[in-house]
Amino acid sequence: MNSRYLPLLATVVIFLLAYAGCALQYPAILSLRVLSNLLTDNAFLGIAAVGMTFVILSGGIDLSIGAVIAFSGVFLAVILQSTSIHPLAAFALLLAITTAFGTAMGAMIHILEMPAFIVTLAGMFLARGMAFVLSIDSIPITHPFYKVLKSAYYRMPDGGRFSLIGGLMILIFVVGAVIAQRTRFGANVYALGGGAATARLMGVAVGRTTILIYAFSGFLAGLSGIVFSLYTSAGYSLSAVGIELDAIAAVVIGGTLLTGGSGFVAGTFIGILIQGLIQTYITFDGTLSSWWTKILIGFLLFAFILLQKGILALSRKTGS
Amino acid sequence: MTLALHARLRRAMPQLIALSIILLLNVLAFPGFFDIGVQNGRFYGSLIDVLNRGAPVVLLATGMTLVIATKGIDLSVGAVIAICGAVAAATVANGHSAVFAVGAALLVGLACGIWNGLLVSVLNIQPIIATLVLMVAGRGIAQLITEGAILTFNDPGLIFIGSGALLGIPMPVVIWVLFALAVSFLVRGTALGLLVEAVGINRRASTLSGVRTPVLLVVVYIVCSLAAAIAGLIVAADIKGADANNAGLWLELDAILAVVVGGNSLLGGRFTIAGSLLGALIIQSINTGILLSGFPPEFNLIIKAAIIVIILIVQSPALPALGVLFRRTTSGAGE
Repeated sequence: MNSRYLPLLATVVIFLLAYAGCALQYPAILSLRVLSNLLTDNAFLGIAAVGMTFVILSGGIDLSIGAVIAFSGVFLAVILQSTSIHPLAAFALLLAITTAFGTAMGAMIHILEMPAFIVTLAGMFLARGMAFVLSIDSIPITHPFYKVLKSAYYRMPDGGRFSLIGGLMILIFVVGAVIAQRTRFGANVYALGGGAATARLMGVAVGRTTILIYAFSGFLAGLSGIVFSLYTSAGYSLSAVGIELDAIAAVVIGGTLLTGGSGFVAGTFIGILIQGLIQTYITFDGTLSSWWTKILIGFLLFAFILLQKGILALSRKTGS
Repeated sequence: MTLALHARLRRAMPQLIALSIILLLNVLAFPGFFDIGVQNGRFYGSLIDVLNRGAPVVLLATGMTLVIATKGIDLSVGAVIAICGAVAAATVANGHSAVFAVGAALLVGLACGIWNGLLVSVLNIQPIIATLVLMVAGRGIAQLITEGAILTFNDPGLIFIGSGALLGIPMPVVIWVLFALAVSFLVRGTALGLLVEAVGINRRASTLSGVRTPVLLVVVYIVCSLAAAIAGLIVAADIKGADANNAGLWLELDAILAVVVGGNSLLGGRFTIAGSLLGALIIQSINTGILLSGFPPEFNLIIKAAIIVIILIVQSPALPALGVLFRRTTSGAGE
């Protein structure tokens, strides 16, 4: 078997084992209701994590995601409150802004040859700052169209609600996986992660690919912001703090190599589900404090990095 | 000696100019900025405030400089601040002395540094990811120690670290000056600084030429975590309590920013601690200036972002190449 699939396989096995363990203790966790809530509650994180997967596959990092989500929420809330513009038009405007924002960051990373870390850190400050400038209050969104979108769900046999945003997340994951595996752009992203110099020699347009990757991440962060504003029905400049870290954790737990070049979008999906499962378990238990989530995710992160190191060492040994 | 001093001044010139411009802007916005008075036997004024409030970032930037010089990065310092503050508060709350609490906090900081250092040097994990583990888990651990509440304390010894004064100078300033001097002496008075730079430029080559890279890396991460532990003590002592959620939140980003603003490259190699200190003071002057001028604090982050972008462009490795290209084409056109 290809050692490329081992981290993904390990993630799936760990998720299934963890799910089985939870189900043994609390059989209700197996219900479709819990499963659909798992999707709804993590929809915004999942969509952002797809963008992060591409960025990390290319060997970069994007710290601006959480700030862009907060900016999106505030932007939508302010624009829907002060103008009579239709939400769909506001969505389109917002996606154009965040995509342009991502494009600008990608261009800076490529043209100025600066580390992605510090460029996207500046982007994070800028996006969070713009959110503050728009409004420092938490603004509710009361537009009737939001109610329509929120009440659009498919009722499961046991009464669970498979929501629109949960479905959107799955759609984005499928689209992301197709782009990564089946398009020229996807192949270029993997090549870039393997090494910029090699990729250039192979004829990859490094600049164009880099810019496209961050534009794509900016677009998905904006989409994630729309989903977040649907989920919370409000815009607040201090919300979604640290989401980028959760997204990075999901990508790593999903088996993507942080040095870039190896990993799968589907793995990130499992990574999101594992994080959601930990939170659900803590809710079911009721006695554990929520900070155990952080500690467990930190531990999982560590375990997966070790696992990847081990697999890498093994494959090198068998390869040579 | 004068030549060396001259060269050093010239190297720090961009930072000095930036700091002067910002201080000048501060004076324009708030005429009393440079006034220093003596109240209750201690110095008092906006300038002292910059030095005092900047203490945590200055401390972190000192340690972070060394880590970044080895081509690493330490994202966990904010979490270490929370953990060490919580440890100190919990220790005094259990009836131990302030000295014991400080010792305990420093020991925990040491442990955090060893953990990060081992992940980076022995397990060979990318620094950004290795320290991400503690960054994510650290706040959870701190909350475990404080049991989710803000742990307050009244121990005068511990509070002295945050709001006391020595010879009229606020304690946090005394602490960071001593720490920065000690670290500077440690790396520049010995060959340690040179070795750190060697590791940052090419880790494999320096290992092959006999540098004990793993030990050096662990030591560097220990210094960084110890700086965070001291900063954690100051932050906790300042509010007389340990807040696991907010203590040191995002300070790692400020510290990294200070190091970069100070003229150090994130790609490792040559480093200057003095530059990082200037960088930290620039950031703190901006923060204080915005507060004093009555400018809406909402703009704080945008101004910060703009400053990073300007500094990025000035420091960009691509800039000289672009310049040469430009000159060549113009001279070619002239011929």
